[in-house]
Amino acid sequence: MGLKLDTEARRGLLLLSPTAGYALVMLAAPLVMIVTFSFWTQNYLDIDTTPTLHNYREAWSRPIYRVLMFRSLRISLIVTLATVLLAFPIAYFVSFHVRRRKALWLFLITVPFWTSYLIRVFLWKVILGFNGVLNTALLEVGLIDEPLTFILYNSNAVVLTLAHAWAPFAILPIFVALEKIDRSLLEAAEDLGDGPMRRFFRITLPLAMPGVIAATLIVLIPTMGDFITPRLVGGTEGLMIANMIQVQFSRANNAPLGAALAVSSMLIVGVISLVICLVGRKLGGRVR
Amino acid sequence: MRGASAKWLSVYAVAYMLFLYAPVVLLPLFAFNDATVVAFPLSSFTTDWFTVLWQTEALHDAVRNSLLVAVAAAVLSTVLGASAARAAARYRFPGKAPAMGFIMLPLVLPEILVAVALLVPIIQLGLSLSLWTVIAGHVLICMPFSVAILGSAFQGLDISLEEASLDLGESRRGTFRRVILPLVMPGVISSLLICFTISLDEFMIAFFLTGTDVTLPVYIWSQLRFPTKLPSIMALGTILLVLSVVLLVLAEWFRRRAARRQGLEASATGGLM
Amino acid sequence: MAPGTSNSIILLDEVTRAFGSFQALKGINAEIREGEFFSLLGPSGCGKTTLLRLIAGFDEPTSGTIMIGGQPMAGIAANRRPTNMVFQSYAIFPHLNVAENVGYGLKTRRMPRADIAAEVERALAMVDLEGFGRRAAHELSGGQRQRVALARALVMRPKVVLLDEPLSALDRKLRDQMQVELRTLQQSIGITFILVTHDQEEALIMSDRIAVMFEGEIAQLASPEELYRRPRTKRVASFIGVMNFLPAGFVAKDDSGVTVEIAALGKVTLRLESIPTTLDPATIDTVGVRPEMFTILSDGREPAERSTPGTVVGTVYYGDMTYYTVQLAGGVEPVTISMRNTAGRSVLPSGSPVTVGWGAESVVLFE
Repeated sequence: MGLKLDTEARRGLLLLSPTAGYALVMLAAPLVMIVTFSFWTQNYLDIDTTPTLHNYREAWSRPIYRVLMFRSLRISLIVTLATVLLAFPIAYFVSFHVRRRKALWLFLITVPFWTSYLIRVFLWKVILGFNGVLNTALLEVGLIDEPLTFILYNSNAVVLTLAHAWAPFAILPIFVALEKIDRSLLEAAEDLGDGPMRRFFRITLPLAMPGVIAATLIVLIPTMGDFITPRLVGGTEGLMIANMIQVQFSRANNAPLGAALAVSSMLIVGVISLVICLVGRKLGGRVR
Repeated sequence: MRGASAKWLSVYAVAYMLFLYAPVVLLPLFAFNDATVVAFPLSSFTTDWFTVLWQTEALHDAVRNSLLVAVAAAVLSTVLGASAARAAARYRFPGKAPAMGFIMLPLVLPEILVAVALLVPIIQLGLSLSLWTVIAGHVLICMPFSVAILGSAFQGLDISLEEASLDLGESRRGTFRRVILPLVMPGVISSLLICFTISLDEFMIAFFLTGTDVTLPVYIWSQLRFPTKLPSIMALGTILLVLSVVLLVLAEWFRRRAARRQGLEASATGGLM
Repeated sequence: MAPGTSNSIILLDEVTRAFGSFQALKGINAEIREGEFFSLLGPSGCGKTTLLRLIAGFDEPTSGTIMIGGQPMAGIAANRRPTNMVFQSYAIFPHLNVAENVGYGLKTRRMPRADIAAEVERALAMVDLEGFGRRAAHELSGGQRQRVALARALVMRPKVVLLDEPLSALDRKLRDQMQVELRTLQQSIGITFILVTHDQEEALIMSDRIAVMFEGEIAQLASPEELYRRPRTKRVASFIGVMNFLPAGFVAKDDSGVTVEIAALGKVTLRLESIPTTLDPATIDTVGVRPEMFTILSDGREPAERSTPGTVVGTVYYGDMTYYTVQLAGGVEPVTISMRNTAGRSVLPSGSPVTVGWGAESVVLFE
C-alpha cells in the first residue's frame, strides 16, 4: 500500500483510533459473529458450526415467525405513519406560530420523555386496562356502562403506546427542517399569487422533506426492534418479532435462530429504509 | 398563516400536549394516592409509598449500580467521543468517513440488535456478565451522541486560535489546556449529562448484559409483575422524572451560559441536531 | 544571491513548497533587513501567505533554507521561533479578556504576575488601548481587536512581527487610518515587520521594500518608488497603479541612447541608463507610460518636450483628480491620462480635441 502520511494525518489517525477501535471491536466483530451465528444450529447446549440455511428457512417458512415478522412490520409502519403525521402539525405550530418561546415549547415537548421508558409504557397499561384509569374515569362520569376491552392487550395498544413514545424523536427533526426554511421564500410565493394551501404544498412541504424522512427513519427502525411495549400492552395479539428474538436467546436456547430472525428483520428494515429514502428524495426535490 | 388555520392549529397543539402529558401526569397523582390499585376514583393523600422506597434494600442497590454504570459510561464515552470528534474536525486522513460512519452506526440500529450482538461474543468467549459488560454496551451506544455533541463544539473551534497559542510560545499540551479545553467545555458537560441520562434510563442492553447486579430499569422491570408494588413504582417514577428534568435544565443552563461567555448565540435545539 | 549583510534578519534561500503536484512556491530568494517594513504583495493564490506561514513555522518548506537572526529554522516549530504573528482573523481568545489575551505568551514564559501586568499595560499603551485590560473579547470592535492582536504580538518582543492581511476586514476609513498608524508604530519601535497584502496601495504606503509575487515567484523586490517608476515586467507594471501600454519597436542603438518607435507617439531616444541591464533592446515590443506622465496641454501654457494630438473619449471625475480616456491620433487603444484639478482647470467634455504632452523620461521599458 505504502501511503505516505504527513504528521497531521498521523495525529488525526492516532486520535481517532481508540474510538474507532472500540466501535470496531464492540460492534463490527459482534455483528459479524451474529451473521455467522445465524448460519449455525443449536441443539439444547451443543452448537453445530456447519454452515446451513436451516435457520433462515425456519424464519421465513414457519407460520409463527412469518406472522410475527409481518405483524411487526405492519405495526411499525402504522406507528411511523401515525407518529409522523401527528408530529408534523405540532412541529409546524412551534416553528411558524410561536414567536418568542420556541425553546420553552421544545423543552415542554421533551419533558415527558425524561421518565423511564419502562414506566411510561407501564403507565399506558395502567391507563388502558380493564380497571384502568380511562375506564374508571369514563365509568365515573357515566359515558360508558361497561369497561372498554378493545383498547388493551392487542396491537392497537402497541400502536398508541409507541406513537406516544416516539413523538419527540419525530417532532425534532421536522422542526429543525422547518426552521431552516427561508421565510422570504414563502413571502415571494405569496407575492407571486399563491394562497396558503398552495404555498404549503409547493414550498413548505418539499423543503421540509429531509426532516420528514429523518423522522420516519428515526421512528421506523427502533420500533421494529422494540419488545417492551408488545410485552406489556400487546397481549398475544400484539407480540412482535423482538419478543421472539429475546425468547430464542433465553428460554428456547436457540441463539442461532434468534440471530437469523434478527438479521432477517434487519434486512427488511434496511430495504424499507432505502425505499423511503428514495421516495423522499423524489418528493422533496433536489434540496439538500 | 393567520386567522382560522392558526386557531385550529393552536387547538391541535393543546390537545397534542395533553396527549403527551397524559401518562406523565398520572405519576405524581398516584404516587401520592393512598390506594394499592392504580385507578379512579382517588382516595386520600399519602407519602407512604415514598417511605416504602426508602426502605427497600434492593432498590438502593439498583440505584447505586445504575449511578456507577451511568457515571462510568458518561466519562468513557465522552473521552472517546471527544477524541474522535477532535480528529474529525481538525485533521484530514484516509478512511475518516467510513470510520466515523461506523462509530455512529449504533444510532440507526435497533437496540435489540445491539444488545444481542454484544451478547453473542461474550457468551462465546466465556466471559461472565456483570456491570462491566453493561458499561461496555452503554459506552457503545452513547459514543455517537458524544461525537455528535462534541463534533459541533470542535467544528466551531477556529484553527487560528490554536496557531496563535503556538505562535505565542505555548506547547501543544498547554494549548489544549488553555485554549481548546475551555472552549469546548460546554460541549463536554453537555455530553457528560446526556450520556449519563441515556445510560440511567437504558433498559434493553442492561437487560441482556447484566449479571447478578441489576441496574434500575432492570429492577423496575422485575417489579412490574407484582401489582402491589405498583404505587411505589409510581413514586419511583416521579422521583426519576423530577431528577431528569433538573439535570436537563442544568445542562441547558450551562450550555447557554458558556455560549454567552463566548459571545456566541445559543440555538434553541442546542447543537444536538 | 549575495550573502546576507550584517543587518539582515531573515534569509530565504531557494525556498520551495509543493503540495502534491502543485508548486505553491517555486524558489524564493530574498533577504529582509533588520528594522525594515517589508511587504509581500500579490494577487490571491500567489503564495504570499504560504511564505509567511513558512517563516512563522506553521509549515515546513519542501526544499531550501530559512534563516532567522542567523539561525537555520529547519525543524524548529512555531512556538520556538523568534517571530510572532497577527492573524487575518485576529484570533483573539474569546474566553479571555483583553489583558489575559495580551499577556498570554508572557504567562507561558512564567513571568511573575506583576511583571506581566506592567508589560501588558505598556503594550496596550503602544496601540492606544490604555485601560482596556478588563474588557471582554466579544465587546471589542473590529479595529480594537486588531490592536489587541498587535499588542499581543509586540509584548513578546519578537525579532520579527508577521502580519497576515491585518487590515482587510476593516472598513475603508479605518483601514486608511490604521495604515498610517501601523507605519508610525513600526518606525518608532524599530522591529522588523513583514506584511502580507493584496492591496498595492497599502503596500506602497507602508513599506520600506516590497516583494511582488505572482504564481509562487518573486517578480520584483524593490522600494515602493522603484517599483512604481521602474516596474520590471508588464505584469508588475499593471499590478501596481495604472499603466498605459503602447506597442513599440526597436529602431537603433548608439552612444546617445536607444531609439524606439512608439505607436501614435513617434520616434524617441531613451537614455542608456534608463534601460534595464537584462533587456536586449531588439526584443522591445511594448513600452509603458504612467497616466500622470502624460499631460493635456492647454494653449501652450505648459510646454512639453513632445506632443501628440488626440480626442477625449471619456472622463472620470475624482474631486482632486480627473482621469481622461484619450484616443491618440494614430493610436490603437485609448490611453488614460490623469490631471490634477488645480485652480483654473475645468473638466474637458467628451469629444474635445486635445494636445497631449510627454517626454523621453515618461517612457518605461520592460524586460
